Amino acid sequence: MAIDSDVLVVGGGLAAITSAIAAAREGADVRLVSHKASTLRQASGLIDALGYVPATEPAKPLREGPPTAGRELDRDEWPDPEGPLADPFEAIDRLPETHPYRVLGADALREGLALFDDLAGDAYRGGHTDSNALLPTFGGSVKPTARYPAAAEAGLASDDRPALIVGFRSLTEYDARAFAGRLEAAGVPFDVAGAEVEFAEAFRADTKVTRLAKALDHDEEIGGAPAREALAKAVGPHLHDVVDEAGGVDRVERVGFPAFLGDDRGDEVRAELADRLGADVFEIPMGPPSLPGLRLEDRLYDALDAEGVRFETGNPVVGIETESDGRIETVAVDRKGRETPYGADAFVLATGGLVGKGLDSDRESVREPIFDLHVEQPADRYEWFVDDAFGDQPYARFGVRIGEGARALDADGEPEYDNVFAAGGVVGGADAAREKSASGVSLATGIAAGRRAATEATQ
Amino acid sequence: MTRHTDDGDAEEGNGTDGERDDGTEPPASPGVPEAGRDEQPSIFVPDDGEVPEAGSDDGLGAGPATGDGVADRAADRAATDGGVESATGGSDSTELDPDAYDPVDVFPGGDLDLREGADSCYKCTSCDTSCPVAEVDEEFPGPKFQGPEQWRLKRKDDHDIDESITSCSNCMRCDDACPSSVPLSQMHNEARGQFVEEQMEKLSREYIRNRILSNYRFFASIASKVPRLANAATKIPGAMKLGEKVLGIAGDREFPDFATETFREWWKARGGAQVQNPGKRVAYFHGCYSNYNTPEVGKAMVRVYEHFGYEVMVPPQKCSGTPMFANGMLKDARRHAETNVENLVEAIGEGADVIASCTSCSLSLRQEYPELFDIHGIEDVSEHTYEALEYLRINEDLEGELAGTELADEQAFAYHAPCHARNQGLSRQAVETFRDVDGVEMEDVGDSCSGISGTYGWKAEKYEKSMEIGAEMFEHMEDAEGDVGMTECPTCAMQMEHGTGYEVEHPLQLLEDAVGA
Repeated sequence: MAIDSDVLVVGGGLAAITSAIAAAREGADVRLVSHKASTLRQASGLIDALGYVPATEPAKPLREGPPTAGRELDRDEWPDPEGPLADPFEAIDRLPETHPYRVLGADALREGLALFDDLAGDAYRGGHTDSNALLPTFGGSVKPTARYPAAAEAGLASDDRPALIVGFRSLTEYDARAFAGRLEAAGVPFDVAGAEVEFAEAFRADTKVTRLAKALDHDEEIGGAPAREALAKAVGPHLHDVVDEAGGVDRVERVGFPAFLGDDRGDEVRAELADRLGADVFEIPMGPPSLPGLRLEDRLYDALDAEGVRFETGNPVVGIETESDGRIETVAVDRKGRETPYGADAFVLATGGLVGKGLDSDRESVREPIFDLHVEQPADRYEWFVDDAFGDQPYARFGVRIGEGARALDADGEPEYDNVFAAGGVVGGADAAREKSASGVSLATGIAAGRRAATEATQ
Repeated sequence: MTRHTDDGDAEEGNGTDGERDDGTEPPASPGVPEAGRDEQPSIFVPDDGEVPEAGSDDGLGAGPATGDGVADRAADRAATDGGVESATGGSDSTELDPDAYDPVDVFPGGDLDLREGADSCYKCTSCDTSCPVAEVDEEFPGPKFQGPEQWRLKRKDDHDIDESITSCSNCMRCDDACPSSVPLSQMHNEARGQFVEEQMEKLSREYIRNRILSNYRFFASIASKVPRLANAATKIPGAMKLGEKVLGIAGDREFPDFATETFREWWKARGGAQVQNPGKRVAYFHGCYSNYNTPEVGKAMVRVYEHFGYEVMVPPQKCSGTPMFANGMLKDARRHAETNVENLVEAIGEGADVIASCTSCSLSLRQEYPELFDIHGIEDVSEHTYEALEYLRINEDLEGELAGTELADEQAFAYHAPCHARNQGLSRQAVETFRDVDGVEMEDVGDSCSGISGTYGWKAEKYEKSMEIGAEMFEHMEDAEGDVGMTECPTCAMQMEHGTGYEVEHPLQLLEDAVGA
């Protein structure tokens, strides 16, 4: 006996959640199955739509000859990507034809972002405009992004108020002074200084950020004072560290922290720090482990619950169990060694790309392991990549090709199955890392796949 | 098959299973693999005979035992021993088919080779972020260190296992968090076993305390012979304080009550199974807690399954090993596993699937058993084991059965999903199952850990941390509308009750009410 639903979504990240909710809102009975805890917890929490249009052709054409000959190209021979883009929507036409934005149209992105705005509520900003915002990121660069956490709002790079960036000696992967220096080098329109303060010293050197967040959430005693007060006291002496061009000293109006200012009670922690410091407080999105990602995960899984979507985490979907007449009927879920059939009228595949393991590869080929959907790729693996690490890597665009309604296509461009749709990183055609488009692709493909899957299932 | 249901108690009792340890082979049923025998020799346990041996019965050889372990091969190799593919796939042969062998096979006999797992780690730190202990205890270096990093370090012969491994509560959330399928809990279990075996002072208070905590079943079986006396004893003023002083068992905890009639006593008194159905059989793994402390959960399991037409078998069984894994007592766990595997394999041979009502028991049989032990038939047990509600959701039209049912008295529940339920994909099943039952409101109190993690929260030095981890759950329970708690895990239930004063039920009890079983 199979575990049945109208729509079965395979995956647990942003694309999976988006498609599950989109399908549920069309009236479908939806189940989401995720092998592992959501990858949102590794995400920065920023929702990018399209920040750059990378060149897809080198400035000089590849030389004729065997495959290896073309790999002598120098990075300088590639044109710089176009951007940062002010408006992601107007640039969609300049993306390759097989890009999911081109296939689904700008409206899919617009509707996906609107759904996200609805789910994220007041925890996110940026929904008031089509334009990208510029956010300082963990690496000290400035990133164009479509939506950002309210906690990061005071950190906007377009804001000209002087800023202090706070760091902690024990947080080794995050150097506040280097960070401030890089922001200056990037030409931000505000004066900035970095300072290392003593706060996290009360903890041992490799304390997890979750521990610091918890201490601030609960306002635990740190060295005789409540944590929030202790942190404000440590920052206090540096509020005049910023020196402007004329050599004058201004009191900073905003203070940036690595993103660990509380977990459940982040708003409360930021408000109290701002009050004590007399300056706005913002978080700088970090790489994993990422509190903003964890907070977004919590919020979106609560939304799944509220929409009546059933979900389970812990067991992988391992393959097709039964099919007939070009339709998948059941897939097999590996429940600790025993395969159990899960049936649905429509399936959404949202298992991620090469890093997320939605695509599998060896020396022979790149495959989509669950439905064995077609993945377009050169037969010679030396053509999967170019030498320039930052160049137009062919593998970055590997993935399942989709057609209208995010239906998965076969090698001839025809639907591989009548009831299988694909969303997010598993979809090919986008170079998400260079375009800064990962979240937007997940939202656009997610909403398209979810809605069409619901139609397919309920008709 | 009636042996299971008739004289189970005698078989199940302590120390009466000695005949297996004498070296006599269990009688093999046709088509059923012989249980309790090793496929391969074990690994890290030195064979110089100097390792303290706990003895071959349930007794607690707390100090260096005088055991005659030499004669007893099985008891000699107690620790992890490889985890080959399956009961039928192990290679006794010295000749390896180059097309068929697993890379594990090329390492010396039985070594638990976790290199592939260590190499799969790409340092994303998701495991650390999901660790409930690291969230409150900065002295704990987190699962990434305990797993892949420590595994690499201890490739060097002279490298000790870091003592912090004993702070891991074995909640196994890291397994679920890892996007790269690194077998973190397996690495932790192995390192912890090695630490306890080779580095822990066997006369230390901590060792004795941990041994006692992990062998809960042994003490419960004695206490339940005189339940009223035992219950009274734990309530004597100062008794728990004494336990804290002498043994380091958290004095603020209330010791669980022992039932005046154990589940197995009840089962025997009712004459065993009331439904005979060779086509639909299940073997109930009740575990220790449902037997000695909450037999109402076991009774609910039996009534619900009989309602659905199943023939319930109750094979002889011992501890699933969960508390032993968490304390690195792998020899104890292995000894109990031999009994469990032997009897469960026999039930499987008679057409049964194995059903546990405790999510830690089911996880142990499914995941830790084949990961850590190489007992003949252990893979079969793993593949045939399910949690009770899960099995019904897969094999019965539970939704159809529950649609339109109504609970006599309206009740709202604050449901907590145990960590071990998460790894089996079960964290939402109670909420989803009862969603359509009139009169039931089931609220998920969130994804935090209860903090008790079996024996972790019972240790005096961990008590504060345990309550700190649990704080979020307590808060969410108070915020929830329901004033009755619900969870599948008996120790989570203990913690929920301890932190909020709520009465806590098992989903099977609610299901029993809802279907009128």
